[in-house]
Amino acid sequence: MANITKSPWIIHYDGSSCNGCDIEVLACLTPLYDIERFGIINTGNPKHADIFLITGGINHQNVEIVKNTYEQMVDPKVVVAVGICATSGGVFRECYNIMGGVDTVIPVDVYVPGCAVRPEAIIDGVVQALGILEKKRAKLAAEQGGAKK
Amino acid sequence: MINPFIGAILFVIFAPVLGGLVAGIDRKVTAHMQGRVGPPILQPFYDIFKLFEKESAVVRPEINFYIFCYLVFLVITGAIFFAGEDILLVIFALTLAHVFIVIAAYASSSPYAHVGAERELLMMMAVEPMLILAAAGMYVATGSFFVGEIIDFQLGGGGLLVTWIPLLFIGVVYILTIKLRKSPFDISTSHHAHQELVKGLTTEFSGPTLGMYEIAHLYELVFLLGFVWLFFAGSPLLGIVVVAVVYFLEILIDNTNTRAKWQFALRSAWLAALVLGVINLVALVLGIIQPGTLGVL
Repeated sequence: MANITKSPWIIHYDGSSCNGCDIEVLACLTPLYDIERFGIINTGNPKHADIFLITGGINHQNVEIVKNTYEQMVDPKVVVAVGICATSGGVFRECYNIMGGVDTVIPVDVYVPGCAVRPEAIIDGVVQALGILEKKRAKLAAEQGGAKK
Repeated sequence: MINPFIGAILFVIFAPVLGGLVAGIDRKVTAHMQGRVGPPILQPFYDIFKLFEKESAVVRPEINFYIFCYLVFLVITGAIFFAGEDILLVIFALTLAHVFIVIAAYASSSPYAHVGAERELLMMMAVEPMLILAAAGMYVATGSFFVGEIIDFQLGGGGLLVTWIPLLFIGVVYILTIKLRKSPFDISTSHHAHQELVKGLTTEFSGPTLGMYEIAHLYELVFLLGFVWLFFAGSPLLGIVVVAVVYFLEILIDNTNTRAKWQFALRSAWLAALVLGVINLVALVLGIIQPGTLGVL
């Protein structure tokens, strides 16, 4: 059973993005790209989501929010860092208020660089994340099966 | 009339399948209306199976029990209905099911779920008078509260129920939008606006808990379509066509209307119940409405 790859629900969080990548994330929902044809829904609720899309680097103010959102998500879950700022901090890397990319706070599974990242690249990144999601699900199922025995 | 147990058992087994297909077609039609390709028809099943693959995590363990009761009472609602039993009992079981979902939302202690729960209570208040008046209208027209006897009355030359209570039928279609949680009345929780109050009623439910809620919603969908069909039960095939047309209209309204405030939802539903329901009932009691009065069907 790999239903999780047919129905990945997304939560999108804007770290300290310039909004360029956020516009591209929302562009994925439009009729031109229509990610709902893959069963993807933009939920806006961490408790319903399977994939955590983060745009922009992490700063000292939102580090707790990102951690909290990540912890509220139910396993199995994956994190996709969208845009160059989310992958490494980008041009803001040396700023005093920026901690760096998303991986300085929570584990990131897929990096999607770009400035601003193209919708095609976001969809490609999410599809790659689906493979990781399925592996995590199989691992979780094995662990739960082992626990029951 | 078929054996009542067969109707109930068929409902319990096949309602989620039928409901899932209807919900899948709903999403596809909605996508086409918006110029998109849309998800596969089987998407609601993928969603539900996925939810059961997720880890189980709830704010309080009793929430699982409340949601389970919501599911069980919706199954009972539909089972009583399709067994041809008392329509009043059906309406009370439906209300009880929704009381459980409201309790579950309150138990989660989330401000978003609280607002959703309060709105759900208001929507229950909005819907209830119309349902009761519809049941009363069915009794006055056919002389029975029993679904089986209402169907027999129509098949036995009494004429379609809708020719007796046409205004009540319009009223029921009006509140159907509230019951199906479709725009403009998707106030307590919404299928589309995922950022609206986060997710309202269902904000704190995740994994298998949310899966149970989704299954319950499929049962409710099939029961509500059955309720619409009852108005045309004298001609079963025509009934199915009418159900399809009504559901298409619901999708169309869903996609062309913005969300209303709860005040409008409550007032308009009560106004519809008062005007349509009372006029129809009075006309029925005074003998003004006879089958064929409308010159149709």
